[in-house]
Parts: sequence; structure tokens; C-alpha cells
Amino acid sequence: MIPHERAMERRQFLKGTLGAASLVALAGCDNLSQSSWFPSILNKAEKLTERVQRAVTPPNALAKEYGEADISKVFPANGNTDPGTEEYGEHVAKNFSEWTVEVVGLVQIPMSWSLAAMKELPSRTQITRHDCVEGWSAIGKWTGVPLGDLLRQVQPLPNAKFAVFHCADVDEDGIPYYESMALADCYHPQTILAYELNDTPLDIPHGAPIRLRFERQLGYKQAKYVTMVELVETLSGTAGGKGGYWEDDQGYEWYAGI
Amino acid sequence: MASLIYEGTGTSEGREDEQVSELAMKTEPSPLEESAALDDLVARQSDVPASRPTSTPATEKVYRHRLPVRISHWLNVPILIILIMSGLQIFNAHPALYWDDRSDREHPFLSMRPMKTESGEMRGITTILGHQFDTTGILGYSDGKRRAFPAWATIPSAKVLAMGRQWHLFFAWLLVINGLVFTAYALISRHATRDLAPTGKDLRGIGKAVKDHIALRHPQGEEAKRYNVLQKLAYVVILFVVAPLIVLTGLTMSPTIDTAFPWLLTIFGGRQAARTIHFIACFAFVGFIVVHVVEVILTGFFNNIRSMVTGWFVVKHEGAGR
Repeated sequence: MIPHERAMERRQFLKGTLGAASLVALAGCDNLSQSSWFPSILNKAEKLTERVQRAVTPPNALAKEYGEADISKVFPANGNTDPGTEEYGEHVAKNFSEWTVEVVGLVQIPMSWSLAAMKELPSRTQITRHDCVEGWSAIGKWTGVPLGDLLRQVQPLPNAKFAVFHCADVDEDGIPYYESMALADCYHPQTILAYELNDTPLDIPHGAPIRLRFERQLGYKQAKYVTMVELVETLSGTAGGKGGYWEDDQGYEWYAGI
Repeated sequence: MASLIYEGTGTSEGREDEQVSELAMKTEPSPLEESAALDDLVARQSDVPASRPTSTPATEKVYRHRLPVRISHWLNVPILIILIMSGLQIFNAHPALYWDDRSDREHPFLSMRPMKTESGEMRGITTILGHQFDTTGILGYSDGKRRAFPAWATIPSAKVLAMGRQWHLFFAWLLVINGLVFTAYALISRHATRDLAPTGKDLRGIGKAVKDHIALRHPQGEEAKRYNVLQKLAYVVILFVVAPLIVLTGLTMSPTIDTAFPWLLTIFGGRQAARTIHFIACFAFVGFIVVHVVEVILTGFFNNIRSMVTGWFVVKHEGAGR
């Protein structure tokens, strides 16, 4: 066999093998993604990431705050952009004058604040970066009540470990949206229940009248249309048990620090 | 005619620092002494009786890659493929790149979007710095789907950001662990300083090496026992520049890490800039892998694969007649 033919043959062989191998590998990855056991192995990385990130991040380290000039001209609204329920429609009609946020669950003194009452409390304003899980970022100026201030009033019980945020919006199937975070993160100075974006009251797409800002994690944790904050010991008792709408059904990580 | 290689004769284990090598000549079954240097070989061959062809190449086996290097190398193969393909899945969730800290959607540095022409036909349009390219079939629109990178390039093949993230963030840990173990090994064993770092002589020969590579002339004989200067530079840059860069820019996309290490945002010029650099570094890896595999094929596919599987690499020496 002349060397040229040999080389051709070898090239064909390699091309065929590599092509077939990559197709098999891709199909294999798809099968693994859909299996019941493999994603739970991949999930192990989430715990490791959470442990390491918490270990290297000082509890009160602040997310970078920007200047007025850095504010995005357009702040995109993702996820639900209008709860669209009859009940929410009534609140819109009344300009949210009867909207309340309850703080309940494992607390000494369950309490409830109207929107007006919350605006009376000392507020915090921060120009921060919102990082969407999709990859984009937007910078906005948020004003709201530090969640820690509310928690100090209701006095959490020692066994409270998480705060669950119940929201007014539901998906097409009527499943209500909710999110949760570790209780310790609720006391972070930049964790606020915000009622203003860029000096104006929150509009409907951005979560009117109250949304969570939790600046050290991704956008899908920033619950909109918040009606109730429930302190719990474990997340397993709420809805799908994984701590949030995006976590229960869509396979997103509960720890959204990256 | 392929030259014969006598395997398993003499020493079965070798250590680089002993310069263990087996010499075998295709016309002579018994291997020469292990320690024979090339000069000796040449001298011997020049003494070979005239009845034997003087152009006979001698082959020498050298122990080229030690076990930790081989393990680390082969772990990287699935890790990098999965990271690249799951990374493209994540990119597809928002197929645009920006500099700075925020996404100014009017002015992306790069985007891959499906667009409808006036006739109603879908085209995939890739825009780089305002210049548009029709990349239908690959980028922006492929197989009747609106997606930046096509199904064959992403893990999973369907558009599932959450699952892409799970693959990516799991294998990112494996890359980091493998990278740290390799780096520790390379420094302690002096693999980094002895085999990877280019010498002054190497660097002075860079012009010739570039010309040789363009002409597809690769080092033979004694010179093939060590990495050539371009190879060294490629390895050093990918291992100690691009790999740390891709890890650090990946971490800069983490809002938590940004609060712990705000200087990351400063050095990369913002979270979106870090994402863009991460993407560019990814394609530096893709480019490296393509060139690497092409060179592996060009310089003796089976010999190269064997040397990365068993450690043993065969060097052919030209006979004394030349």
C-alpha cells in the first residue's frame, strides 16, 4: 500500500471514529441528564460550592455598590412580569394601599406591616448589580427596609433556619412562586425588602409593591410580589421541598451564589 | 515498511532522570545496552559491515510521560469537553457578550441571534462589534431552532440552562482539583521547570521552530525526546495562563465571590467583561485542543497515544549513512 493511501485510510478511520464517538458521548450525556441518579451526583457540587463560598466570604462583606452613572438605562424584568390574578388586580387598582407583608412561622411575635408602615421604617438605598442566571447583568438603585430590622422585631425562635418568601404570583398551572434563603443571610445589611427602583415605586414587572433584594446571589432568588416571610426549620415542608419555585421544578440550585 | 519495536525487553520501568532508554534496531533483535548514548549508537552504526544498509533507522524507546502526568492528561479530556459543551449551553441562555459590569443590550461586543428576513425566512446572525455575519445552520439558527450554538455542540443537546449549569459547575470542580494536583506535582517533580519551561536556547530558536512548523517539519531523533519551543510555550500558556484565567473569570461571575474578592471585578473590568474573557479563554482552549490533536496525528498518532497511555515514546534515529 502506498503511504498516501495509508494516510487517507487512517484519516477516514479517525474521522469515522471521532464522529461516532462524539455522537455516542453526546447521546450518553443526554441519557445521564434524564436519569434519576446522575443529576443527584452533579448536585453534590452545589453543597461543596456553598461550603467553600461561605467559608471564604466574610458574613457581612458587602456586594459592590455602584454610582448613579452606572445605573442601567433599561433594567430587564424576567420571570413573571405580572401576577395577573384577580386579587393582585384589586391591589393594583387600590395602588397597593392594602398590601401587607406578614412575618410569621418560628417567631416569638408574628407581625404584619402595610406598605405605608414599611415606608415609615428606616430605609436603605443601594446601587447594586443584578446578575441573572442567564448571564446578563443590570445595575439598579434599590430602596427598601433591611430585612434584619423586621426580624429583630419578630424575634426568631432558636430553631428557625430559613426564611421562605411567599409571593402573589402563580405560573400557568396555578403553582405559586416562592423562594427561600438561609436565616443568616437575612441579616446581611444589603438584604432588603425593596419598594423603590431608581427612585420610583416598583412597577409591576419588577415586583410591585415589594420584592426581595439579596445581593450576593443570582436573580432568580430575588422574590417579587412578596406577601409573607415565613421562618422555618426545614425547607422540606414547603411546596416541592427544594426551597423555591425554580428549584422544585426546573432543576436550579438552591444555593445561587454562582 | 514499519520499523519493529521491541517492547518489554530490558527495563520495564523507567525514570526520566535516569535517562533510561531501550535501544532496538529492526535488524537486530537484541537490544543494545540501555545507557548507550546517541553518539555511541552512531559510532556503532558506522562500524556496521557494508552488507547492512547504512540508512537503517534505529529506534529508541524513551519514558516520556510519568504516571501523574498521564492520569491528569486523560482526566482533562472528558472534563474539558464537558465544560466546553455545557458552557455553550449556558451561553445559549443569553447569547450576547459585553464589556464592563452591565449588559448594555444595544451594544453587545458579540451576539448570536435568530432574525427574520423580509421574506419571512429565519437566519442566524452573528454580530461582532457591529459587523454582521450570516451563520445560519451553525450559530444563531440551526436545524429549525432558534439557538446560538447548535444542539450537537451543547450538553445537554436540548436547551436546558439548569442542567447545563449542573454539568458545568460539577466538572469545573474536577478541573480545578485536577489542575491543582497537576500543578503541585509539576512543581515538586520539577516537570514544570525541566520539561515545560523554555530555555534561553529554545527561545532563540523560536524563528526557526515557527518556520519548521509551518512547513510541517517536526523535530526528529534526539530533538524529539524533549518538547520543542513552540510546544513548551503552548503548554505553559494553556496550563499557567489560560487555565487560571478561565477559572478566575468563572469565579468573577459569582456574585458571592465578588463580595469576598472585589478585586476580581477590578482586574477583569467588571462581571460582563469577565464573562467575555471566560468565553474567549474557552475558545483559546478549543484552538489549543484542535492544534494539539492535529500535531498528535501529524507527528505519529499511535506513538503519541502510546506515550500518553504507557509513558513510552519511540524515537527514530537516522542511520549513520546520512
